[in-house]
Order: sequence, then structure tokens, then C-alpha cells
Amino acid sequence: MKGHNTIPMNEDYYLPHKATYPIVGSIGLTTLLVGFANQLNGHAIGSTLMLAGTAILVFMMAGWFSEVIRESLAGNYNHQVDISFRMGMIWFITSEVFFFAAFFGALYYTRIYAVPWLAGEGAFESTGELLWKGFQNVWPTNGPDSIGGVGPEGHFEPMGAWGIPAINTLILLSSGATVTWAHWGLYANNRRQLIIGLIATVALGFLFVFLQAMEYHEAYTEMGLTLGTGIYGSTFFMLTGFHGLHVTIGAIFLLVVLLRSLRGHFGHDNHFAFEAAAWYWHFVDVVWLGLFIFVYWL
Amino acid sequence: MSASAATHDDHHDDHHDDHGPAKGFMRWVYTTNHKDIGTLYMITSLIMFMIGGAMALVIRLELFEPGMQYVDPGFFNQMTTLHALIMVFGAVMPAFAGMANWMIPIMIGAPDMALPRLNNWSFWLLPFGFVMLASTLFMEGGAPAAGWTLYPPLVLQTGDSFPFTIFTIHILGISSIMAAINIITTVLNMRAPGMTMMKLPLFVWTWVITAFLLIAVMPVFAGAVTMLLTDKYFGTSFFNAAGGGDPVLYQHLFWFFGHPEVYILILPSFGIISQIIPTFARKPLFGYSSMVYATASIGLLSFVVWAHHQYTVGMPIAGELYFTYATMLIAVPTGVKVFNWISTMWRGSMTFETPMLFAIAFVMLFTMGGFTGLMMSISPADLQYHDTYFIVAHFHYVLVPGSVFALMAGTYYWLPKWTGYMYDERLGKLHFWLTTISVNVTFFPQHFLGLAGMPRRIPDYAVQFAEFNAWSSVGAFVFGFSQLLFIYIIIKAVRGGQKATDEVWEGASEHGLEWQLPSPPPYHSWITAPFVK
Amino acid sequence: MRKLRLWLAGLGLAFLWGQAEADYTLNLTEGVTELSRDVHDLHMVIFWICVAIGVLVYGLIIYSIANHRKSKGAIAADFHENTKLEIVWTVIPFLILIGMAIPATRVMIKIYDTSGADMTIKVTGYQWKWRYEYLDEGLDFFSTLDADSNRARQTGSGIRPASVDNYLLNVDKPLVLPTHKKIRFVFTGADVLHSWWVPALGWKKDTIPGFITEAWANIEQEGTFRGQCTELCGRDHGFMPIVVVAKPESEYRAWIAEQKSAGAAAKADATREFSMDELMARGKTTYESNCAACHQATGEGIPGMVPAISNSPVATGPIAQHLDVVLNGKGAMMPAFRETLSPVELAAVVTYQRNALGNGMADMIQPSAIKSN
Ligand code: HEA
Ligand code: HEA
Ligand code: HEC
Ligand code: CUA
Ligand SMILES: [Cu+2]
Repeated sequence: MKGHNTIPMNEDYYLPHKATYPIVGSIGLTTLLVGFANQLNGHAIGSTLMLAGTAILVFMMAGWFSEVIRESLAGNYNHQVDISFRMGMIWFITSEVFFFAAFFGALYYTRIYAVPWLAGEGAFESTGELLWKGFQNVWPTNGPDSIGGVGPEGHFEPMGAWGIPAINTLILLSSGATVTWAHWGLYANNRRQLIIGLIATVALGFLFVFLQAMEYHEAYTEMGLTLGTGIYGSTFFMLTGFHGLHVTIGAIFLLVVLLRSLRGHFGHDNHFAFEAAAWYWHFVDVVWLGLFIFVYWL
Repeated sequence: MSASAATHDDHHDDHHDDHGPAKGFMRWVYTTNHKDIGTLYMITSLIMFMIGGAMALVIRLELFEPGMQYVDPGFFNQMTTLHALIMVFGAVMPAFAGMANWMIPIMIGAPDMALPRLNNWSFWLLPFGFVMLASTLFMEGGAPAAGWTLYPPLVLQTGDSFPFTIFTIHILGISSIMAAINIITTVLNMRAPGMTMMKLPLFVWTWVITAFLLIAVMPVFAGAVTMLLTDKYFGTSFFNAAGGGDPVLYQHLFWFFGHPEVYILILPSFGIISQIIPTFARKPLFGYSSMVYATASIGLLSFVVWAHHQYTVGMPIAGELYFTYATMLIAVPTGVKVFNWISTMWRGSMTFETPMLFAIAFVMLFTMGGFTGLMMSISPADLQYHDTYFIVAHFHYVLVPGSVFALMAGTYYWLPKWTGYMYDERLGKLHFWLTTISVNVTFFPQHFLGLAGMPRRIPDYAVQFAEFNAWSSVGAFVFGFSQLLFIYIIIKAVRGGQKATDEVWEGASEHGLEWQLPSPPPYHSWITAPFVK
Repeated sequence: MRKLRLWLAGLGLAFLWGQAEADYTLNLTEGVTELSRDVHDLHMVIFWICVAIGVLVYGLIIYSIANHRKSKGAIAADFHENTKLEIVWTVIPFLILIGMAIPATRVMIKIYDTSGADMTIKVTGYQWKWRYEYLDEGLDFFSTLDADSNRARQTGSGIRPASVDNYLLNVDKPLVLPTHKKIRFVFTGADVLHSWWVPALGWKKDTIPGFITEAWANIEQEGTFRGQCTELCGRDHGFMPIVVVAKPESEYRAWIAEQKSAGAAAKADATREFSMDELMARGKTTYESNCAACHQATGEGIPGMVPAISNSPVATGPIAQHLDVVLNGKGAMMPAFRETLSPVELAAVVTYQRNALGNGMADMIQPSAIKSN
């Protein structure tokens, strides 16, 4: 740490000479996606490429992050660099918010607009009358042709809000609290509190993912509810699925932060990685609240 | 705006690399230097412009006369689709990103971009994305052929290239988002002392707003194409009415991205023009703060007008009217910009070097495109204009003599700074006149074609459209080959010539920090932050 | 530098002249309905407003270029803002826009009012043809690019487009409509999006699979009005024209009656036994207008995209499988013809493919066998 200059001296701003990992990341990502595309096209090589791509990406992340951690520990980053990292994270999270907005948008659009239209409500009587006689505007639905579901009727059971989802809400909310508590520990130079808080958060995170996996299992095996169950199944699984993915990423991120905390990497004024993970975690939390209200409850 | 170098306290940290770039090819692969990355972006853009332009020439060749002469209709659609995707994502966006990389740190007195490693990755995703996109041409079923808008259900009929197309968009999206994050962070965090937000050069301001647009809309596009992917391969029903979805939902998602996207393609141009006109009018920019507010208003409005691309899908009338009114409103802040540019020229002491010529042509021809845009924003009239060559004329006027001219203007303006050598002014003027005349020959007749009833995205047409199509094709070829001159001029200036002064243009140092550094600037631009008064 | 000025002035004039010229020669059609006239008038109003603003903007720029140049010894002024002026050029355009929005709103509301229609036509877009159902008459037929245009538009056909009547704007069977009736159109798509546009009616409307969109027209003049599909719908998007023939009420009624009896006869016909020659003749025309675009007139297909019919394992294999491909389509590109071809046409085209184009299976299938499918 070079201290907090009020007038930033440009030469104090750390500039790496070279970046070896981005190109690795590009190769990894491309390999992964080309593999996935081949997989989707039914070519046998797909899964191999996907594995290779994932391995390269993991290697890239490990390498890139250790390089940054090394530089951070070496004290190369001044306050201004720290702010750059923070801003970077904030705007990254903002972009994630908009990614979820696309899927929430799809949910609102179909519920408020497309499904009533199909059912011939309001200004669009003739769609129901001419194309989909007898289709009712109800939610949840798998559409006038009852796509997916079980049996000729395409029957399925919607996911209730007050079982696992409610428990998961509690879990995520408490994990938001524990991570904040850990943060306080960090500020107070209380290592024990920091570490216990982080352990609790990570554990709650993985518990959440585990419960969600159970919920999916039940949906697929007992409720006739799958990704292919019409628009309800589509929006339900895409929204909760991408959220679950983000919980997993966030939990891994927190796990790394936990490991670093165990090694004593963070000081009360020098813990960007911790804060980034915590912000990410809160973002995942807020998205869940939206999901709980709009996907499960209403 | 002027700055004086801060007292340089002579200590250098060992982790600084002040000795200039490493040698060899790997320099470019590993570079974290904003100028290197800027150069990479711009070279990529030029290559993509050639490829996308070559595809446009295939289109224009087939459309030269009625009847099917050269290509299969399916291949024609692939050309239309790839032409647009490559021009938008490969030529224009990377060119602006390149200029942002080169100029923003210099213009705000920063040593480099805020997140140099990320910057490297933003660039180095692009070549992979474009190779992937180009490879679709050789796949079974050919390249995507559903138009750059990729509307379902048609796009779901794409062959093997379908997932590659989707993933290309994911890759390009990640790249754009990271570049945008970097730019915002750089501007907010790396300004030299005294460089307040309301002193930022307009090119920087317009880029900041563009970056916000990118962060907000690229993820939505990524989400939309992800839904396409799951609809095709995983049985979801987002865009399938039988399952309760709606093909038009895709259009809403696409245009929520797509409309701001067209402003992503024009706002940085506004910035470049706002740099150039004051320099050559030898006058300060008229209405600086209203320029900033106008740009911000255009950015904000661009989020709430998207469905003007969908007047014919049968939205409820309230929707039609709302989107009509909201879209029309954009003419007001855009008009403010046009009038400000005119007032900047007014009673100036103008000279007409090549950048200024392109800038003036930009103002005039962009305004043409804006007028047709305004006409199309009127929903009842658009029920006639929609999906005809009137639209094609509109958007090429705002994109070619709009965005592309601004890029050319910016290139001529800053080329002496980048290379240290003056470009050949005589050839530059020749390039300007060839380009300006041919661009009008190419796209002006398309207005008539559209009004007379020629739909877009067709490989063949009724004989009454023959004459204007022939003109348009001739213009396109002249335009295309004139660009070889542009490339020659650039290469010539890179290789040497008359040394450029630091200021390059008479009195330019009044107009920005970039003119206070040597031409070309040192490898690390502002080792010591300048103080801006 | 004088040269430059002339150039620019010339360029500016050329634009204006071009715009004005457009008004007389290649402008938007006035059309034959009240709506199309309203839209045309609206178009002209906004067009002239834009021209007027354009004259102002270009005038100022050109004046400034001509006079405020260094070579003329102009000394740069130093002003860089003027709040009053800026308010003026914010408020005046705003008022102009309101002036445009009011008539626009009026016209749009009229366009959306499909109530009180005298009859309803259902239009369905297919890849690449139109289906017209007269909902009140029970009449139902397909309309495809006419054979002459279709032949001429094949790559390398050697036929000059100019030698074909209404090249690409003609169909085998037009949509016949009465004049002076409020006709409600309901649109839907069978496969992908299409858009139904006849400029003379004043609007276009997308056809969306699974949804109905609506529009209306009251045609005031007899005549033939042509249009095209205007939403990219795949390979032959450029080749699915629309022809509307408007007739007075009485002639229209006569046409309807004629169609109904012809339809009944064709239905009865489909159950009889067809000879090989009959099927081959019928099959050739069906093949040329429906299949040749992809599989080519010679049956050789498009290498890498569309398989050949000549010596194709399907067309030389079991007839049931051959029929199945044609009925239900295959892969992403081969369309399903179950709905869009009649049993007679289906039987004919399958028979034709097996016995022509280099194949010699010497077998055939009867239309009656297909009906039971
Ligand atoms: C650089 C890109 C760019 C820019 C800047 C614009 C600018 C505008 N565009 Fe354009 N547009 C596109 C790129 C762009 N567009 C593209 C690519 C498409 C087609 C996409 C596809 O379908 O593939 C399209 C399509 C498109 C449509 C859809 C048409 C259709 O498909 O039916 C509409 C409809 O409203 C529209 C409107 C506008 C408007 C109102 C503006 C306004 O911003 C223009 C404002 C400017 C002015 C008006 C001129 C200056 C103002 C004055 C001098 C002040 C006084 C003026 C008045 C009061 C009149 N555009
Ligand atoms: C920034 C974006 C951009 C740019 C710059 C251009 C540039 C051009 N465009 Fe493009 N265009 C679009 C964006 C753009 N376009 C979009 C979004 C669409 C809609 C697509 C859709 O419907 O989905 C479209 C569609 C479109 C069409 C309609 C196609 C159709 O509807 O079927 C046409 C037809 O004339 C056309 C023509 C041209 C021409 C002649 C140029 C010229 O200005 C290009 C000139 C450049 C060159 C010609 C390259 C120069 C170099 C050389 C000539 C060297 C020789 C080459 C080699 C050695 C390889 N474009
Ligand atoms: C839009 C293009 C297109 C049109 C029009 C078209 N086809 Fe095809 N056809 C295809 C494609 C592509 C395939 C290959 C499908 C696959 O194998 O996935 C195919 C396959 C076939 C096959 C199987 C050939 C084989 O060897 O696999 C038959 C038979 C056939 N089509 C008959 C017809 C008939 C009859 C018509 C017209 C009534 C027709 N096709 C119209 C594109 C078309
Ligand atoms: Cu049907 Cu285009
Ligand atoms: Cu738009």
C-alpha cells in the first residue's frame, strides 16, 4: 500500500507489464463453446472439447487470480487501484442484473401479455377464438398445446412457494447476515468472527444449492415439471437455474475468500476480494427475493 | 482547457515498465498497453470492414439487375446476415473501442486504462469470436441466414451454425461489457487533477454514456439468444405459442438491446465530431453542457423506444402510440447537437482539412438519416415504410456517412498523433470526395426504392426497381474501392512522411490534452499527471 | 476553395431536387383506401416539414462554410453559449413534433378500428405461399408465385425478367375481394413470421405463428393490386408475392359461386383413380412451383444444402417413406407439405419424383390413398 494520496501520482498506479492469462482465457472459452456447439450438433468430439475448455478456464482463473493476489500481497496496489477494482466489480454486477432482467422480462411479458392474448382476452379476442379455442388465461400454464408435462393432457404441478423455497429464502437471508457479520469481524480485526462468519455463509450457500437440487429432482420425477413444460417450465427453470448457478459461483468465490482469510490475506483496510464476494452475494440474494415473489409466490 | 505538467518527482518504482514495448508478435498478445490494444482494435476493425464490405458487394452485385445471376437466395440471406453482424460488431464497435483505448487515457491525463489486464482480454476475445462467426460459412446448412436480428422461429431453422452464432454473440457480448466496464472505471477513477466531469472532452463523455448503454443492453441480448438456444435444443417454449410463449417476445428483447445498440454506434461519433469541429473552426465548442445533457437524454430515451421496430406486429394501440411519441422525442436532443455544431462553425475561422470535411459531411448526411428516422417513428406511416429499402436507406445514412464517416474523420484527425507523421492531405481530400459522392449514389436511390415498394432482404426484385438498384450497386462498388485509398493513406502515414508537430493542427492544444503530448506519445502516456486548470 | 463551395452547394441542391422529384415520380402510393390516403397525406406532411428543417440546417451550414472561413480572412468569434437560443431550438422542434403527433394519432386509431366489418378473410403465411380463407364463405385456397416468374427466377435460367409479365409480382391464384366493403383481415403464420403487404391498402401486418393480428381495408376502386411478403421468412422470402383483385360486389359474388362449385368438383375428383400420365403431368407443375426452388428443376439439389432427388435413396426407396418425407418434412429446411398441397398434388408430385428426374421406379400412388393418411 502506497497510502492514500489525495492527488494521484500516475506512476504510483500499478500497471502490469504483460497479461499472459487473457489469451489463455480466450482459448479456454472458445474451446468450451466450440465443444458445446459440437455437442448440440450431435458430434462426438463435443464433450471432450468442453472438458478441455473447462480445464483451461479453471487453469486461467487460478493463474490470473494468484497473480493478482501476489501483486496485492506485495503491496503494489494503491488506493486508486483498489477503487478501480471496486468500480469494476460494481459495474460487472450491474451487467449481471441486466442479464436477469432479460429473463424476468420474459416472465412478465408472457404472464401479463402473451398468455392472455393466446386466451383471447381484451383486445385480442380472435386469437383465442380462431386458433386456441378453450384455452384459459391462467398461470401457471404450459400453453394451449400443453407442451411437456405428463400424459396426453400435459399435466404438471406448479412449484409451491411455502416448502423448500421458503426455507431457501430464510437460508439466503441468513447467509446475507452472516457475511455482513464476518465483514464486521474483519473491520474489528476479529479473525475468529471473520472466519466463522465466512464458514457459515459458505455452508448456507451450499445448503441452498443442495436444497434446490432436491426441489428440481422432485419437479422432474414427481411433478411433471421440467424445462420443457411450456412457458411456465421454461421461465421457472431458466430463472431459478441461472440463479442457482450464480449462488454456486458466489459460494465458490466466498470459499476462496475464506481460504485467503485463513492465510491472513486481508486487513481491515485492504480486503477488496472480500467485499467483491460479499457484494456478489448480496446481489444473488436480491435476485432470489425477486424470484421468490414473482416465480414462486405470485 | 490547458494543463501544465506536474513537478515530476523523479522516483520510479521498479514494477514500472517505462522502457517501451517488448519485441515480436507476443508483445501484441500479452500487451496491457492502452495504445497497443487500441491499435489492435483498429486493425481488427479495418479487416472486418473489408470482409463485411465484401459481403455488401456480393449483395449489391446480385441486386445490380433483376433476375438471379450469381448466388443462391439462401446464400444471399447469409450474406445479408453476416454483412450486418460483421459491420456492427466487427467494424464499427471495435473501431470506436480502439479509439477509446487510444484516446481516453490521453485525453483525461491518465497513465493507462484502469484495468489493463481486463483490457487485453476485451480485445483478445474478438478474434476468436469472429473466426467462429466466419467459420459458420463452411458448415452444413451454411451461415445464419435469418437477418442480423435473428428472429425466431426462422432462426431456429438454421443448420449446424446455429449454436456457433449464438456463442459468437456471447463472446462478443462479454468482450463489449468488459471494455465498457473498463472505460467507465477509467473515466471515473483516473482523471488528472482538475479534470472535472464537466471538463471532460466530449469524446470521453459520449463514450461514458455509450459504455453505460453497453453494460445495460449486451446482457439482455445475451439472455435473449440464450433463450433461442434453449428453445432449439432444450425444449423451452419462450418463443413458441403452443407452449404459452410468443415469437414477438424475442423481438422485444432483441430491440431492447438493438435500439440502444444503434446509439452505441452513433454516440461516440457525436463525440468525435464534437472534438473536430471546434479545432477547425478555431472556436470553443458551442453549448458544451447542453451537449452533455443531450447525449445523456439520447442515452436514456434509447431505453424506452425499442418497439418502434415492431409497429407491424400488432401491439395494442396504446403501445403503438406510446412508442411513437417516445421515439419522436429523440429528435429534440439530437437537434440540439446539430444546432450546437452549426453554432460552433458559425463565425468561426474555418479551414477544411480532411477531418473537417468528413465532419461537415457527417453533420449533413447524418441529419438526412435522422429525418428519415423521424418519418419512420410515426407509426401509421411506418406501416408502409417498414421492412422496405426506405429503412435500408435510413440506417445506412446514419451508419455509413454517420458512424463510418465519424470514424474516418477521427482517423485523419488523430493519425498524425498516433503515427507521428502527417498523412497525405491531397489523397485524403480525394478519398473524401470519392467516398462522399459514392455513398450518396449508393444509398440515396434506396429511399425511392423503398417508397415505391421494394422490400428489404430480397435477392431479386420486380423490374420497375431495376434502374435505382443499378445506381446503388455502382455507387457501392465505387465506395468500396475508394476505401482501398483510405487504407493506402493510413499505411503511408504509418511508414513515414512529414513529421507531425505535437500540436498537429493549428491551435489544437486549446482543444484537448492529447495535443500537449509529443506525436507519437511516449509508450506510457502521462507518467506524471497533468494539472488541468 | 471556390470549387469546394460549388461542390457543396451542388450536392445540397441535388438532395433537395431528388427529394422533390420523388414527390412526383417514385413517392409512396396514395393507394385505393381511405387508410392508404390518410397515411400518404401524413407522409407528405412529415416529409415537407423535414424538407423545411433541412433547408434551414443545410442553409446555415453552407452559409457558414462559404463565409466563415479562414481563407476569407474570417476571425474566429469566441462565443460558446447562448441560453436563449438553446431554449428556442429545444422548444420549437418539440412543438413541431406535437404538430406531427396529433394527425399521426388520429390515423393510427382509425387503422386499429377493425369493428363493424362486412366480411373476414383469414390470411396464413407459409414458407413460401399464402393461404386465404374466406371465413364467411368456407372458401380456402393457396396462392403461390406464378409459374412464369418462378421459371425465370431460377439462378441461371437465362430468361430475361423483363420478358415476364409482372415478374415476381404475380401469383397463380389471386385474392379476390369486393369493393366498397369493410373487410377485416386476420393474420397468422404457419411456420415462421411473414408479413402481408399490399401498398395500395396502406399498411402491412406481420403473420405470427400461434397469434392472430388484425387489420382492415375498404377498397374504393376496382383493379389489381400487388404486394409482397415483407418479413424475412427464409430462402424464398423474395418470392412470395401477393395479388389482390378487387371487383364490384356482383362480380365478386359470381366469382365466389364459381369457386365453390369448382372446389366441390375437385373434391369429388380426388377420390377417383388417376392414370400415370395424369399424375406425371400434374406432378411436373407441382414440382416446378413447389420443389424446384430447392431440389432444382433437374432434381440435382444444391450440393451441401439440399439433397438430390435423382437417385435419392428416399425417392427410390419404399413409397410410404417417400410420401412421409413430403407430408411431414424433414430436418430444418425440408417443409411439411401435408397442409399446403392437396391429395391430388401430393400423389402427383411423389409419383413424378419417382418416375422423372432420372428416377425410374415405375410405381405410383393414388390421391385416394393419401386422403386416408
Ligand atoms: C447509427 C444508427 C442509428 C441512428 C442514430 C438512428 C436514429 C434514429 N432512428 Fe433508426 N435505425 C437504425 C439505426 C439508427 N437509427 C437501424 C440499423 C435500423 C434498422 C434495424 C433493422 O431493422 O435491421 C433503424 C430503424 C429505425 C426504425 C424502424 C423502422 C422499421 O423497421 O420500420 C425507426 C422507427 O422509428 C427508427 C427511428 C429512428 C429515429 C427517430 C432516430 C433519431 O435518433 C434521429 C434523430 C435525428 C434527427 C431528427 C435529425 C436532426 C434533428 C434536427 C435537425 C432537429 C429538428 C428536427 C425535427 C423536429 C424533425 N430507426
Ligand atoms: C455499421 C454498419 C453497416 C455498414 C458500414 C454497412 C455498409 C454497407 N451496406 Fe449494409 N447493412 C447493415 C449495416 C451496415 N452496412 C445492416 C445492420 C443491415 C441489415 C441487415 C439485415 O437486414 O439483417 C445492412 C443491410 C444492407 C443491405 C440490404 C440487404 C438486404 O436487405 O438484403 C444492403 C444492400 O444494398 C447493404 C449495403 C451496404 C453497402 C453497399 C455498404 C458499404 O458502405 C460498404 C462499403 C465497404 C466496402 C465495400 C469494403 C471496402 C473494401 C474493399 C472494397 C476492398 C475489396 C475487398 C477485399 C479485397 C476483400 N447493407
Ligand atoms: C426449402 C427447400 C425445400 C423445398 C421447397 C423442398 N425440399 Fe425436399 N428437401 C429439402 C432438404 C433440405 C432436404 C433434406 C432434409 C434432411 O435430410 O434433413 C429435403 C429432402 C427431401 C426428400 C428426401 C430426399 C433424400 O434423399 O433424403 C424428398 C423426397 C423431398 N425432399 C421431396 C420434396 C418435395 C416433393 C418437395 C415439393 C413438394 C420438396 N421436397 C420441397 C429442401 C426442400
Ligand atoms: Cu414470407 Cu417473407
Ligand atoms: Cu431503433
